[in-house]
Amino acid sequence: MAATSSSPVSRTLPRVHIVVRDRGRIVLGILAVWLLLWVFLRGMHTLALGGAQLTSVHHWFNNLNDVIGANRNSNPVFLYFFNYIRLFVDEFVIFVQSVIAQPSFGRPLPLIGWLGVVALVGFVSYAVANIRVAVLATAGFFVLGLQGLWRESMDTLALTLAAVIISLVIGIPLGIWAGLSDRFARLITPVLDFMQIMPSFVYLAPLTLFFLIGPASATIATLIYAAPPVIRLTAHGIRSAPHDTVEAGESLGSTRTQMLTKVLLPAAKRTIVLGVNQTIMAALAMVTIAALIDAPGLGKTVIKALQTLDVGTAFNAGLAIVVMAIVLDRVTTAAADRGRRRPNRIVLLAGAAATVFAIWLSYTYLWAAEFDARLDIGSTIVLWAGEATDWVQSTLAPVTNGIKDAFTWVLIDPLQALLADSPWWLVAVAIVAISVVIGSVRAAIVSAVCLGLLVATGLWSDGMTTLASTLVATVFTMVIGVVVGVWMGRSQRADRVIRPVLDAAQTMPAFVYLVPFLALFAASRFTAIAAAVVYAAPVAVKIVADGIRGVSATTVEAAVASGSSTWQTITKVQLPMSVRALTLATNQGLIYVLSMVVVGGLVGAGALGYDVVAGFSQGQLYGKGLAAGIAIVLLGVMLDRLTQAAANRTQRGGSR
Amino acid sequence: MHGTQVHDTQQPVISVRNLWKVFGPKAARVPGSAELGALSRRELMDRTGCTAAVRDIDFDVAPGEVFVVMGLSGSGKSTLVRCLTRLVEPTAGEVIFEGEDILACDPKRLRDLRRHKFAMVFQHFGLLPHRCVVDNVAYGLEIRGVAKAERTKRAKEVIELVGLGGYEMSYPDQLSGGMQQRVGLARALAVDPDVLLFDEPFSALDPLIRRDMQSEVIRLHREVGKTMVFITHDLSEALKLGDRILIMRDGALVQIGTGDELVAAPADDYVRDFVRDVPRSHVLTLKWIMRPPRDDDPLDGPELGPDVVVREATRSVLAAEKPVKVVRDGELLGIVGDEEILSVIAGGSDS
Repeated sequence: MAATSSSPVSRTLPRVHIVVRDRGRIVLGILAVWLLLWVFLRGMHTLALGGAQLTSVHHWFNNLNDVIGANRNSNPVFLYFFNYIRLFVDEFVIFVQSVIAQPSFGRPLPLIGWLGVVALVGFVSYAVANIRVAVLATAGFFVLGLQGLWRESMDTLALTLAAVIISLVIGIPLGIWAGLSDRFARLITPVLDFMQIMPSFVYLAPLTLFFLIGPASATIATLIYAAPPVIRLTAHGIRSAPHDTVEAGESLGSTRTQMLTKVLLPAAKRTIVLGVNQTIMAALAMVTIAALIDAPGLGKTVIKALQTLDVGTAFNAGLAIVVMAIVLDRVTTAAADRGRRRPNRIVLLAGAAATVFAIWLSYTYLWAAEFDARLDIGSTIVLWAGEATDWVQSTLAPVTNGIKDAFTWVLIDPLQALLADSPWWLVAVAIVAISVVIGSVRAAIVSAVCLGLLVATGLWSDGMTTLASTLVATVFTMVIGVVVGVWMGRSQRADRVIRPVLDAAQTMPAFVYLVPFLALFAASRFTAIAAAVVYAAPVAVKIVADGIRGVSATTVEAAVASGSSTWQTITKVQLPMSVRALTLATNQGLIYVLSMVVVGGLVGAGALGYDVVAGFSQGQLYGKGLAAGIAIVLLGVMLDRLTQAAANRTQRGGSR
Repeated sequence: MHGTQVHDTQQPVISVRNLWKVFGPKAARVPGSAELGALSRRELMDRTGCTAAVRDIDFDVAPGEVFVVMGLSGSGKSTLVRCLTRLVEPTAGEVIFEGEDILACDPKRLRDLRRHKFAMVFQHFGLLPHRCVVDNVAYGLEIRGVAKAERTKRAKEVIELVGLGGYEMSYPDQLSGGMQQRVGLARALAVDPDVLLFDEPFSALDPLIRRDMQSEVIRLHREVGKTMVFITHDLSEALKLGDRILIMRDGALVQIGTGDELVAAPADDYVRDFVRDVPRSHVLTLKWIMRPPRDDDPLDGPELGPDVVVREATRSVLAAEKPVKVVRDGELLGIVGDEEILSVIAGGSDS
């Protein structure tokens, strides 16, 4: 995070160097003073709080929850607003569930059984994309059945679909509005930014306050998380319609409606479909996490298994999430890429007829409605994964424990000791001072406010523990980001091979990453950090790679022509010129890491993540969980503002 | 085509009077103020933060004429042509089209004018990428509410006319730049407008294709006889296509005239500089190089008209034993001998 910079504008170069070196020295000085004071003051004023201890703030939140609970059916705001939303969303979710997932309409089974769903998925995939993804989708859903997780999968799908449909109904019109109106775009952009920097986790707690624990809260949390991409991309698509084309439409006398329906929307269609893709993937990720507030489906299976450290079951369910993610991603991506090819109309009609027939079969006959339990590979997967884990943990223990202990001892423990064992005021002063030096005065004010509020949440100590894990994970994320990013930015071939892997990795819900690391390293802080690094690395790598690639080819050529070695070209030209991308990658990496470190509360990372999870499950800890959610947001806002300020500063060439 | 004069008796199709387009804060104060209006571009920017893209321009376009607006990039020519149909809203002035002030039109009337009277061809084509050629060409008819069968029929005719027969079902990204611009041309022609506006339509094309397309425009002009306003930064294109040429600089009008008038009698050094490299023998006509007959001139040589281009007259003048008489309607206007011809061909610098 230390800002190193030099400007491509040669005129300001000498001055920049001086400024940068000074800034680095000042930061080092602050750290040295901090360390020195730490030696004398460690253990004082740490604001540590035991697991079951509560502060007055937590009690106040508990009371708030009780009061809201007591007045839920009498307070007019709830009676006429929140309750109606809850009712509507609940009804909608239950309806979708009754079609594909849950027993309904007096039947012991949902309306459409597995055969019908598989046929429908295949048909829809063919209709919107092509035959290849249709085959993939059909096979994928069949695998879900084979895994013995049909009903859970359908619950997840039903919740995802419900949230996506509501997201799109709200999001596309908003996106169109934001695309057409500058004023509305200015209004909504900061809101979307804020929605996106918050770890998905923290939506959950406050929502349960208004919508209770259950599918309604889960769906609303999901749609808050999932709507921003489609709003953003719809607006972007409309704004980036070719100027000449828009002007041509205007010059021929199109009305506003004709302009929108015949020129702008068709031109933006591909971008909008990409937005739909991102919305679906975000929704799936959130629906699995929403299992924490009792959303049914695969996420619940994973969480239960994680909590009992049953890696086999977690692996099987995690695999099902991966399969579903791949299917949804491939189908929507292929739909965006389809271009002008239209499916054969005769095949389409035949497919429709066959699908209707399959749905009828699955409505009528038991064998087509309920997946045959004899066709089960799920229990085998559970068994093998469990055995493999046992084997890894017993055989590779020296290696994995060695790695884990080394990292914990060398990096995690010292940093955590520095942050959590210093007096809170010392940490706060140091962080604010560093904010001034590498960011701006404004960023320092934000840091001060966030830290002050963090003290108020009563979770300072847990917050510092989480911050330590986040920083360690971010450093590793950036190391990977820079190494792989530079490689990809310099080599077309590396880019071609690695990028699809990164794309795939990014579509996976956060949860899934915990499982293999849990198998390797058991439950510990290190496990959560490792998972966070793997979760956050793809986005950092991509941003760095794009930054390196964005360096003007002429400049690189000039450097090579003047005899720079590869190392010199990278360190003296390409990295300095993509410093903006590096800070942006750090910013994104931090946000991703933070959200994952928090989810890591499930696998022994403790601290804020654990507080949140415990808050969902134990009534008396509800207030503490809510406060922990707020503490996470505070950390997120602080880190985001600070890295943004650092990025803006480097962009200006470091001169101030 | 050259040498067509504006006929005073004819009503102009488009009359532009005192047209201003100023970009920037409180733009409307600039056209009204004699003081601000006189400032240079830089001074105006410093004083008011405004840029005057079009400054106080007047011109008429006659029916059936090819009127070229020429200037370097940033001279305001593209803004000027957009002001004609209010794609860019003018700051002040009048645009009279067939007796109607376009600037006074309400949005509905303006839309009607755009749908029926004008059509524009764009530099980067402005095609709809999601539609095939025939649907692109039919777009103007579609938004007017023409039935599908009829508009497809009309679109196919026009596609045939611009020489794209066989590509009806192709998509823009499957066509070369030249072909895409033919689609743009066809789209403009399909609505059968009174006036065709061209905004640097061929600048994005390769030189060879550009020449083809220029010939295509000349051919179409001959066949359909539309009034055309053509924007270009390329002098040779302007000379080749234009009946008359308006030269712009920094938003202001520098000179209007036929090609030979610009070359033979440039209004100022800017225009002179512009036309310096033009092969004069291709543009100048005999009337610009003839001299008054002297007493010792033999007056029994061959006769030629005053509007004959020098290049075409060269052979007959040099072959004749005696100087050529320049005659209009039996009246002797002047004399052209070997010397006059050779001074033009050898690149004699000034007239």
